[in-house]
Amino acid sequence: MDATMAGLPGSGVQPGHIGDAKPVGRIADLVFVGLLWGCGIFVLVLLGLIIAMLFEGGLPAFSAFGLDFLWTATWNPVTEKFGALVMIYGTIFSAIIAVIVALPLSFGIAFFLTEIAPQVMRRPIGVAVQLLAAVPSIIYGMWGFFIISPLMAAYVQPPLIDWLGPIPVIGALFTGPALGGGMLTAGLIMAVMILPFITAMFVETLESVPPMLKESAYGVGGTTFEVYKNVSVPYGKTAMVGAVMLGLGRALGETMAVTFVIGNATRLSASLFAPGATIASTIANEFPEAAQGSLKLDSLLALGFILFVISFIVLALSRFLVRSNLKS
Amino acid sequence: MKLTTAFGAAIAVAGSLFVGGAFAADITGAGATFPAPVYQAWAVAYKEKTGTGLNYQSIGSGAGQTQIFNRTVDFGASDAPVDSAKLAQQNLLQFPAVIGSVVTIVNLDGVEANKLKLTGPVLADIYLGKITKWDDKAIADLNPGLKLPSIGIVPTYRSDGSGTTYVFATYLADVSAEWKSKVGAATSVSWPAGAGGKGNEGVAGTVKNTKGAIGYVEYIYASANNLVTTELQNKAGKFVSPTVPAFQAAAANADWANAKDFAASMINTPGDATWPITSATFILLPKQPKSAEQAKDVMKFFDWAFEHGGPIAEKLHYIPLPKDVAERVRAAWKSDVLVDGKPVWSN
Repeated sequence: MDATMAGLPGSGVQPGHIGDAKPVGRIADLVFVGLLWGCGIFVLVLLGLIIAMLFEGGLPAFSAFGLDFLWTATWNPVTEKFGALVMIYGTIFSAIIAVIVALPLSFGIAFFLTEIAPQVMRRPIGVAVQLLAAVPSIIYGMWGFFIISPLMAAYVQPPLIDWLGPIPVIGALFTGPALGGGMLTAGLIMAVMILPFITAMFVETLESVPPMLKESAYGVGGTTFEVYKNVSVPYGKTAMVGAVMLGLGRALGETMAVTFVIGNATRLSASLFAPGATIASTIANEFPEAAQGSLKLDSLLALGFILFVISFIVLALSRFLVRSNLKS
Repeated sequence: MKLTTAFGAAIAVAGSLFVGGAFAADITGAGATFPAPVYQAWAVAYKEKTGTGLNYQSIGSGAGQTQIFNRTVDFGASDAPVDSAKLAQQNLLQFPAVIGSVVTIVNLDGVEANKLKLTGPVLADIYLGKITKWDDKAIADLNPGLKLPSIGIVPTYRSDGSGTTYVFATYLADVSAEWKSKVGAATSVSWPAGAGGKGNEGVAGTVKNTKGAIGYVEYIYASANNLVTTELQNKAGKFVSPTVPAFQAAAANADWANAKDFAASMINTPGDATWPITSATFILLPKQPKSAEQAKDVMKFFDWAFEHGGPIAEKLHYIPLPKDVAERVRAAWKSDVLVDGKPVWSN
């Protein structure tokens, strides 16, 4: 500090002192660079430790049940027989529902904001979308539980069960009692939660499309839809895939809101309306009552490790897709 | 959400912790969520009297056990009794603090509180998924005067591990051999049918949202929210409504004299007026505490609660410990909690 102060103009110090300050500045710079290295390494170490901790904690479960842990559908704390299949299925299934619902909506909002919306409306809608991301997860959970679930039970599920239930194959998705909660409701709530993230990245991408490209397309007589489909979307395809994958990643780990609405049953069911469980919801439900050193706690940590692996695969896949898109 | 009593108490405690002398040697406890409101209400009154505060974290029985095993708190609290071997291994004294009951709630058009009669085996068959309609003969036979709709039964349970589930599942295992062999009892079980809600409010909310649903919650929760409870048949064959005298009868009729580590079962106890699903919640105290002073403060607190905490407990719909049981607890303090071979509790 003193060294740099000393060299400041107007501090009444001879200019020759600036040269003297240099070695100290170099040391400060080294310290600074070292700190930056530390920050970078810290992330790696932290990540490594978390993976190691989850794996080590889950190891007793993996060694007790072997790889069967991955495809056993039992979760019985009384007999201490644990398997992850129901949760893995629920995690992936509900996240995919969320993405399927959120994707078209995000496209619509993003394109509306960048192309159609009059200038006065852009800010309010943009801010509203961003605010959706600021709503705490538990609020979504309560909204889902107290508002959406009863609406689903009264107006959405019964007609769907009546109309689509009897159809062979697809009908299996629409069977069972109308409980309000379940896989579909969880997916819908999560769709709203990941919507702002996907939309924000879409908007950014669409705004980065060079105006010249779009104007030329309009110039040769393209309609709004044609410009959207043939110019804007192809231009930002890579970033959009990344955005969807990030949304999927967020949906996979969502905990509180899902726990409220998914019905929390550790039974396997094909129906969209049947109660299920995700990895995160099971951990949230069972963790406080899992005794130290119990196989249940080990199994929960093993579940955490599996969630980590799934998230990692999704991220890696998104990277791979983005990269292959860049090459083409 | 009308958790007013619980929340009020919690806020009052939090407030008193910040305002009052934070430097007094407060006692710390952690564990069961079910008795948390009454512990916190007691703590407020006790602090006014003595200046000693209680910092109780309701983090769940399992986590509470872990904390006292590691001796990071002065006492642990658990809804389900800890088994004797584990207590011996961890060198802990277990005693009951307060008694609570689990009641069944339903959502059926035209059925008012305590009008529907159910027996233990029928309840078990409902939760096993064997009785699936409300107009099933087994239910209709019990309720000749009641018009029951022909809609599906949706059994609702606690999705989070909880002492409430432990008590309820223990009851079902007691009345149904099939439940005992197929499902069993623990703080969370593998439910054969139905849907789960997180916490009492989750179960109550799911029942409220779903026509034909049945669920189980702690009595304090049902009475505070005016939920539609049902009658249950007790061991004597009588149908009883969930009321405070029925819970008191269960506590009085439990076999405390022969219970090891005070784990007297109040599930399906005999007596005409007894409510069948009643249970104590427990405190875990180190037998050779690191600090005699802190251990004594814990015992003083519960001694005060047994002596003067009754009205507060009853106001929150808990059942105070019967006087003779409190005496037994004091005797256990004297004989079991020792520092350098000398009893910490001398009163």
